Amino acid sequence: MGQTITEKIFNLHIKGKKVKAGDFVYAKVDLALGNDVTAPIAIEEFEKLGINKVKDSSSIVLVPDHFTPAKDIRSAQQARALKDFALRYNVEHYYEIGRMGIEHALLPEQGLVLPGSLIIGADSHTCTYGALGAFSTGIGSTDLAACWATGCCWFKVPETIKFIYHGTRKKWVTGKDLILFTIGKVGVDGALYKAMEFSGHVIEKLPIDQRFTMANMAIEAGGKSGIIAPDRITLEYIKEHPYKGLSTKNKEKQPVLLSSDKDAEYAQVIEINVSEIEPQVAMPHLPSNTLGVSKLKKICIDQVVIGSCTNGRISDLRIAAKILKGKKIHKNVRCIIFPATQEIYLQALKEGLIEIFVKADAVVSTSTCGPCLGGHMGVLAKGERALATTNRNFVGRMGHPESEVYLSNPAVAAASAIAGQIIGPEQL
Amino acid sequence: MKLRGNVWKFNHNVNTDEIIAARYLNTFDACELGAHCMEDIELDFSGKISVGDIIVAGRNFGCGSSREHAPIAIKGCGISCVIAESFARIFYRNAINIGLPILVSQQAAENINQGETLEIDLKEGKIYNLSSKKKYSTEKFADFMQEIIDSGGLLNWIQKKYVGTSHDLSDIKVKRKR
Repeated sequence: MGQTITEKIFNLHIKGKKVKAGDFVYAKVDLALGNDVTAPIAIEEFEKLGINKVKDSSSIVLVPDHFTPAKDIRSAQQARALKDFALRYNVEHYYEIGRMGIEHALLPEQGLVLPGSLIIGADSHTCTYGALGAFSTGIGSTDLAACWATGCCWFKVPETIKFIYHGTRKKWVTGKDLILFTIGKVGVDGALYKAMEFSGHVIEKLPIDQRFTMANMAIEAGGKSGIIAPDRITLEYIKEHPYKGLSTKNKEKQPVLLSSDKDAEYAQVIEINVSEIEPQVAMPHLPSNTLGVSKLKKICIDQVVIGSCTNGRISDLRIAAKILKGKKIHKNVRCIIFPATQEIYLQALKEGLIEIFVKADAVVSTSTCGPCLGGHMGVLAKGERALATTNRNFVGRMGHPESEVYLSNPAVAAASAIAGQIIGPEQL
Repeated sequence: MKLRGNVWKFNHNVNTDEIIAARYLNTFDACELGAHCMEDIELDFSGKISVGDIIVAGRNFGCGSSREHAPIAIKGCGISCVIAESFARIFYRNAINIGLPILVSQQAAENINQGETLEIDLKEGKIYNLSSKKKYSTEKFADFMQEIIDSGGLLNWIQKKYVGTSHDLSDIKVKRKR
């Protein structure tokens, strides 16, 4: 019996025989990520061990991105804890404000993620890196502390659900719509504990930014990881984003190009014809509560958020700018745009996108996870309604428990910001 | 170890934003987080419960964010155990890693009602509904997870297995599914 790409990545990170889904393993971890919300707990737990050294500082990545630039004193203390830890243990991959970005856009951009890597992060959207053919998954703070100490993490090798996407994408239909449609089809626990392998002709042609968006939201179907076998598009991205740090170990790492065997065993194979899919909107309060945008009744909105680890990349901003150019945001709406990293911000500046946004009466913020989780920079009041290109629309996700969040792609978000109600770009 | 408490019943897909909202994530103090546990879906939850009470929920409990603040908040407000039809995977890991007792039982999750009194034998994995006089068994944990639970959490386990030894955890042999 053959193996899935996920099983093969585990083979590379353990000693001994080939793994199969269901095995419990302690695997060596290539990268372990923490942020200003999750790492402070890990730091406290780690220090309790009393070992005063980390196993491999070059594998540690710390990104203060959730409540930064610090929104209050306590958040400042949490960010400070990361900085102190980085200084104490000589952690090179600590990204200070000005050099940082939203972690899941930042790490690939910094050349830290390679196909075949095994990555954990104390953030549920760590599954994003599967877009580059890595196994990556979210874990908790205690897991992170244990990994800093041992270089390893325990896993149950997941079964895989293979998703095959056929057909031709309609105009304005992006990776965001494919993943929202998929979550709508399988439900928020439809891929519980499983790897979601995205494949088929549509994926083979899908640009890398949209692949990131799809892998990013695997967790919203309960998935342990999302993964796309590396190909020409992956390698182009890797080439354009070489490792930018100093660590020799990271400099010497090479991509490992794996794919699932033809006779690999899958828990399920799900085929999706994308030709019939229109841009999707997830309604409150679950990402699986999806509907084609044209089927929505009139839904007026107070806020639009374009950005996040899901849709804050340069191509997302280009789509938004294309729609917002020469237009004005609706008088009853505030539109907040978040380039996901400094590099993306700079690129948007060079291309004149920022000017388009400001002239349209949108505000452009520094990179932060802030509004996505109701942290800061766009918290909703009671009864307010937002349309966001982010990944979750749970009760109170973006602010007051009686506020509402709808999810969509950047084109729908931009068009809706102009219209003051949720519409598709073609209805504008 | 035996636990006893009254039931607080929740539906499917209780997510970590509902367990503890992000506005409180600028601290990880257990008591403080506990005071706000579940408040967006059950007003004044921490004020209404008694120490030792038990959460019983449907499928996919703890979905969403990886925040360990969620099991910390549940523990911090005095809940002694969470029983669910299924758990989201990061929450499941986190609960085991920090020593919050969790049990998986579809039958218990479906049949136990709000306000009933349960007695739980964690070692045996048995749930006794003292109100309805019904008994439920729960899914067994994998051996090595049970080891972590018995150690009182992952860091204690690491302390025992790893610290001060020349052990490399990746040397530990692959364990096949039971």
